[in-house]
Amino acid sequence: MKKLLSAALAATMFTGLAQAAEVKIGYVTTLSTGGAVVGNDVKKGVELAIEHLGGKMGDLDINLIWGDDGFKPETGKQATDKLVKQDNVDFVAGYVWSNVLLASRKSALDAGKFLIGSNAGPGPIAGKLCHKNFFSTSWQNDQATMAMGEVLNQKGVKSIYIIAPNYAAGKGMVAGVKRTFKGDVLGTDMTTWPTQLDFSAELAKAKASGADALWVFYPGKAGGAFMKQYQQAGLKDSMPLYTSFTVDALSLPKFQAAGFNDVLGTQFALQWGPSMDNPQNKRFVADFRAKHDAFPSFYAAQAYDSMFLMDSAVSAVNGDLTNMDGMRDAMMANTYASVRGDYSYGNNHFPIQAYYLREVVVGEDGNWTTKIVQTISEGQADPYAKDCKM
Amino acid sequence: MDYTLLFVQVLNGLQLGLLLFLVASGLTLVFGILDFVNLAHGSIYMFGAFIGASLTLLLGNFLLAVVIAVPLTGVLGYGIERLLARNLYDKDHLDHVLGSFGLILVLDTAAHMIWGPAGISVPLPAWLDGQVELFAGAVIPTYRLLIIAVGLAVAGGLLWLVNYTKLGMLIRAGASNRTMVSALGIDIQTLFALVFALGAMLAGLAGMLIAPITTASIGMGGQIIITTFVVIIIGGIGSMKGAFIGAIIIGLIDTLGRSFLDQLFELFMSESAAETAAPAVSAMMIYILMAAVLAVRPQGLFPPKVR
Repeated sequence: MKKLLSAALAATMFTGLAQAAEVKIGYVTTLSTGGAVVGNDVKKGVELAIEHLGGKMGDLDINLIWGDDGFKPETGKQATDKLVKQDNVDFVAGYVWSNVLLASRKSALDAGKFLIGSNAGPGPIAGKLCHKNFFSTSWQNDQATMAMGEVLNQKGVKSIYIIAPNYAAGKGMVAGVKRTFKGDVLGTDMTTWPTQLDFSAELAKAKASGADALWVFYPGKAGGAFMKQYQQAGLKDSMPLYTSFTVDALSLPKFQAAGFNDVLGTQFALQWGPSMDNPQNKRFVADFRAKHDAFPSFYAAQAYDSMFLMDSAVSAVNGDLTNMDGMRDAMMANTYASVRGDYSYGNNHFPIQAYYLREVVVGEDGNWTTKIVQTISEGQADPYAKDCKM
Repeated sequence: MDYTLLFVQVLNGLQLGLLLFLVASGLTLVFGILDFVNLAHGSIYMFGAFIGASLTLLLGNFLLAVVIAVPLTGVLGYGIERLLARNLYDKDHLDHVLGSFGLILVLDTAAHMIWGPAGISVPLPAWLDGQVELFAGAVIPTYRLLIIAVGLAVAGGLLWLVNYTKLGMLIRAGASNRTMVSALGIDIQTLFALVFALGAMLAGLAGMLIAPITTASIGMGGQIIITTFVVIIIGGIGSMKGAFIGAIIIGLIDTLGRSFLDQLFELFMSESAAETAAPAVSAMMIYILMAAVLAVRPQGLFPPKVR
């Protein structure tokens, strides 16, 4: 009996030790519905990062548990609750969609977990709802579109028409363009998200407005639908199109297969591009292409970065996951090698980073990709940072 | 008011309405005549889109792909009838709902496994990819005009089929008294299987027609099926005429709501509030209409005579 007991005790101690030797990460993204196109690319980015990290953060083994948000805020919150309560993860990360992140943030942060946003960057989380344990490896929604507004000014566009989806990110993106664009906004259409994919009414209104240019934000599959209808409406010559987060590495192969030549030459603003020349990015892009025979999207790049950010935190405290302050300081110091090059964190833990203008071109191997044509701005805090009391 | 814009938007609404009619006509046939609640009708629409898209990429010809894909969705519908629906006709509506909901999960997952989550963009031939200027300023994509033409042709064909042919007579007779028709020596099972396959072909055709606009994608069926039920509830379940008029009403309300509601709202609220409120309200309007119709005429606007 005694022997049995001590054996049992040893067994529990052993599992206790085994648990302590790993870092648990709950990664929430979209793995079902049409939104899974994006989620799968996030997954590829994360998995490549784990490979490059040798399956370890510091001395700890990475135990990554996926959560599926089903493209819905309520499902995303449930997935987050499960990761926090049942799996008791050390980090919660991911989140493609702003409305999902807004619904889920409280579950993760109230439980005292680190929350790493790898894509969504809604204004409230950068402002009033900012939190010491939240970090973003992407951008605040308004930032990229503020850069786009600057581009429109530089190109001498006098008036624009805006079409964007009616949800948290869409509103932030529209606010960003309106903040920096100096010309007239002749109309703004906010469409039902994510169900509306037919934009005939909005395109007819845009045409009737007589604006110089059209600016849209349609992430994921809605972007593909919009680009086609823009081409079918024949607006290319009378109303050039500027986009944010609408054309990406996921939609380009589809456009190429379907022969949408109007997409070539489209320009948009982003903090990263596959052609950026730094060792971390070269390794990321080369290995990603070797493995998946496709260019990584910005979703994958930011997810890849999120794993290295967490690695820098875990390594800094030598694997002592109870040392939250040490990990937070390490992330704030931002010493990890990002695929976009160096950037810093603002008081609200959103990146302060440069933005580049990217253009869709035919790559050396004949596949459509993007190249950076100019630097738009060299890093500014987002407009919500001043509302953040940290 | 800009009448050119109004005209273009009415055409856009008509196009949306006719597309809805293609889906709704199949649903109303199956629901009204077979008395079978087929929630998976939207999944057949999605399959139609995917089959059409794959064949277009394979053959390089959109129209040829549609001509081949429509009978294929008919075969799919026939298979569903033989394997699933036939066993459920005698059961309660709740069993229909459960059975066809299960089918949605199966078909959606099958589509996910066959085509992946990415969806397929469908290229159009050059002569369909342009625009037509109907009169000064009223420019509309050629392809949307094609959808209007196809929708009207199918609507005319269906009305003729149901009202003036022997098959249509049998369909109507089978709907009002199934036992009597089979007692008179008509093979009612084959008849119902044909109706089911016809409904599937109509839904599949709608999916193929929309794919070049919105791409073929997982989940497209779930979005359209709700609107389609609204259409047949407003029009009267089982009525082809009701489905047609209901679909056109819904198409126009949806499109015109999206076009002009924000300007209307700006009359009494701030611009930014109107921008956010208008899409929310225009998405609600068809349901408000349905509630109103249900309150005043629970049987729908044009209920079939025999029920």
